[in-house]
Amino acid sequence: MSDTAPLRETPDAADTAWTRKHLLGIADLSPSEIELILDTAESFREVGERPIKKVPTLRGKTVMNLFFEPSTRTRSSFELAEKRLSADSLNFSGSGSALSKGETLIDTARNLEAMAPDLVVIRHQHPGVPHLLAERIDAGIINAGDGAHEHPTQALLDAFTIRQHKGGLEGLEVAIVGDIEHSRVVRSNIHLLTKMGARVTVAGLRTMMPVEVEKMGVRAAYDLGEATRGADVVMMLRVQLERQAGGSLFPSVREYFRLFGLSPERLKRAKEDAIVMHPGPMNRGTEISSLVADGTRSVILEQVANGVAVRMAVLYLLMAARGAAV
Amino acid sequence: MKRADGNRQVCDTKRIVRGGRVIDPSQDLDRVLDVAIEDGKVAELGENLDAAGAEVTDAAGLVVTPGLIDIHVHLREPGFEYKETVASGVRSAAAGGFTAVACMANTLPVHDHRAVTELIMTEADRHPFARVYPIGAITRGLGGEDLAEIGDMVAAGAVAISDDGLPVSSAAMMRRALLYAQHYDVPVIQHAEDLDLTADGVMHEGEWSTRLGLPGIPALAEDVMVARDLLLSADTGGRYHVAHLSTGRSLAMVREAKRRGLSVTCEVSPHHLLLTDREVADSTFSTATKMKPPLRSSADVEALVEGLTDGTVDVIASDHAPHHPDEKDVQFSVAPFGILGLETTVSLCLDRLVRPGILDLAALVRLLSTGPARVLGLPGGSLEPGRPADLTLIDLEREVTVRSEDFHSRSCNTPFDGWQLTGAAVGTLLGGQPVTL
Ligand SMILES: [Zn+2]
Repeated sequence: MSDTAPLRETPDAADTAWTRKHLLGIADLSPSEIELILDTAESFREVGERPIKKVPTLRGKTVMNLFFEPSTRTRSSFELAEKRLSADSLNFSGSGSALSKGETLIDTARNLEAMAPDLVVIRHQHPGVPHLLAERIDAGIINAGDGAHEHPTQALLDAFTIRQHKGGLEGLEVAIVGDIEHSRVVRSNIHLLTKMGARVTVAGLRTMMPVEVEKMGVRAAYDLGEATRGADVVMMLRVQLERQAGGSLFPSVREYFRLFGLSPERLKRAKEDAIVMHPGPMNRGTEISSLVADGTRSVILEQVANGVAVRMAVLYLLMAARGAAV
Repeated sequence: MKRADGNRQVCDTKRIVRGGRVIDPSQDLDRVLDVAIEDGKVAELGENLDAAGAEVTDAAGLVVTPGLIDIHVHLREPGFEYKETVASGVRSAAAGGFTAVACMANTLPVHDHRAVTELIMTEADRHPFARVYPIGAITRGLGGEDLAEIGDMVAAGAVAISDDGLPVSSAAMMRRALLYAQHYDVPVIQHAEDLDLTADGVMHEGEWSTRLGLPGIPALAEDVMVARDLLLSADTGGRYHVAHLSTGRSLAMVREAKRRGLSVTCEVSPHHLLLTDREVADSTFSTATKMKPPLRSSADVEALVEGLTDGTVDVIASDHAPHHPDEKDVQFSVAPFGILGLETTVSLCLDRLVRPGILDLAALVRLLSTGPARVLGLPGGSLEPGRPADLTLIDLEREVTVRSEDFHSRSCNTPFDGWQLTGAAVGTLLGGQPVTL
């Protein structure tokens, strides 16, 4: 490929140290790779503030968005990022015909391969699916969430948001609260935050805490007050109420909120300038009260805006590495 | 054993297996000896036996053992012939050094009645590469609700009962099975798993399931079932055998039950001795690391290895579970549980347990022949005169590379592909006849 130059549309951080073909998770990234993505996102953020929010960087490139699991927020964010980079996007979703006819994942992959996409963004309910695709098809793969395993772009946009408010990540106290066991957001965040020198406490009901979580380098707490005491960042996770159908992990929303819902009262234990985050979609009154969600400490909507810039950065870097490889 | 003595498994000629290092745990034997065979049976062990009129098998430099027996295999016939058949399974067994296998009942139709016993026996007769001992179901259709016709299956050749693939979940049913099976003196083999605790689990619950975000199968799922069954076994006096025991705590309970004199035995599988749950991560979600029970923690592995050496473990059995490549070539979460074992067990144990000095060779032979024969009450497992002349020849120095594409099995689902191992079974004799594949 000869046209690596047009990729230089916006970022100055080019001549990248980025060599990866895929973004499968945070677990295998180095701190400098993480910083590179965040720095690159910084320069893309400005694009979103222009009157014409579009650069020709990925013109002529094809990005497939493959969502086997319903997702409005992440999919829209990726689509917007792709549009702003002028890529051709193609969307497949789990409810659409191609992905729901009992075809195996491998066959789906083969079919996609035949369409020769440059990048594939995939969300799937099963851990490891992006890794399997990465082994089987030539396109670069971006993991947009694989079961409870990883959601790397969410952790990156969270880090980006924290950096904006706190200047950096090193030495910060971060409390992540909620259904730790079933959350991909928490796993990617644990990897990212601990790699960048933050101290992480995960907190939640004992029935929703994965075993041996401390081995991931975090502290586990079973009390909201204890988790948030002195925190710089309080990240609330969505309680997946739909999960309750298959055997409840707690008796009622009332009782959940009593133990782990974030109210203004409880936020007082955190540092005065602590920020409150949530990956969305929120259950108001379950894990977070509206007073906190809509309050001055909340950066929840900034997270959404930053998501687009971070995803533009990831798309850009992967495409650049692809160009360099050819 | 009418079938075992039938057709070409018996030979009228005499044979001398010359000059091998004979290891027979049933006689505490480890010496260079000749084995004389007559009419398909062991006639005599001795030095420089007269070979006049006999065919000679040169075993110099080899280890000669009672034929190895794998008491936990899935031959998949009838019903799942695209995974394995009796014909391919016995070839796979012979290639791996086994002279006998016992096959589980989760076929289609389920082996819960005599017609299926007979079908398996007939197929085995047609393909005399290894003996086949069918294990009948405990309950009809593996449904867990009504006893299968156990007596009828035993009369046709079944040697034990098990709902393997599934546990007998109901304590009342397990109690009844342990009582009823005593009329036929067959062991009740339990796939010990509390399915409620397993829920949607796909790998061992521990650090690695937490890291990978995969639903875990807690060690407790096995332990509560073994604990319950040991109480039932003590109370009924029934013969209870734990299939593919995988946790340190279950092992400790079996050890204690044996100390108290219960009629309890257990087996472990090579993969549970050699791999840990970390393998799922290290292999990046390879479906060849997915089986039930799952690969456990390193602490469990250490406990199981200790169980081998202190005699708590009676048997090493492979839980040979063939699945078609199409079934395994999917994402981890939806792949079927199970891996092959017949063609890797011996070399794995020799290379990873015997060579490093963890287990002595005689102990391994006990776990692979004498032990299994005792658990199921089979005629093999010993080279005493009068026993069937089923022998396995082992070359301790043979270097092999595991190549699943060369397996005699119809499937290739193994996590050991590409492993380089030293030590292998290089031949078997069945009823005194060398088995040629
Ligand atoms: Zn089983």
